[in-house]
Amino acid sequence: MATAANKPPAGKQSQQGFVYLPLIAGWLIPGAGHFLQRKWIRGALLFVCIVAMFILGLAMQGKLYTSAQDILEMLGVVGDLGGGLLYFISRIMGLGGEPVRTTVADYGTKFIVVAGLLNIIAAVDAHNLRTGRKAS
Amino acid sequence: MIHPSHFTAVLLFALFASTVFGITMRDTPRRMFRYGAYCFTLFIGSVIVFSWVMYFIAR
Repeated sequence: MATAANKPPAGKQSQQGFVYLPLIAGWLIPGAGHFLQRKWIRGALLFVCIVAMFILGLAMQGKLYTSAQDILEMLGVVGDLGGGLLYFISRIMGLGGEPVRTTVADYGTKFIVVAGLLNIIAAVDAHNLRTGRKAS
Repeated sequence: MIHPSHFTAVLLFALFASTVFGITMRDTPRRMFRYGAYCFTLFIGSVIVFSWVMYFIAR
């Protein structure tokens, strides 16, 4: 009996090309993995939500994690890296380098980390669409 | 630089996170919208409940 877990990929398209392209593109640019699947509205919504969350985090003077001195900072770096190009561009521009001094700045730091984590979820979703694990 | 109130920050966080959850966790647009609204309600509802709990603990 076919279950959701072992259901065969939907359509011939899922068998062609580099299957990890939506995953990588979606990680680098939020929503790009869905754009590659021609899911324009979903991709646009993901792009707007993740980019807005990341920028709001920076605007609240949130901190970008740059080094891993302890386990919590290591997790912060992993979350920030989920932002893909947003993280690298922000690092190059010198944004998010100031230490956290206010409560709102701490919220901003969390916004940046969660934006990265949400981007990872979105990229994995694009990969699942590509492989046929998710129907549509 | 922006300095939103704590509740505004929660509203923004809940809105963005719920939208991404809805899109990624469900298959059809209708179910996506419903799940996103459900997550948003839970986010905001739990914030209000825990805020009142902390208010009474602090007294």
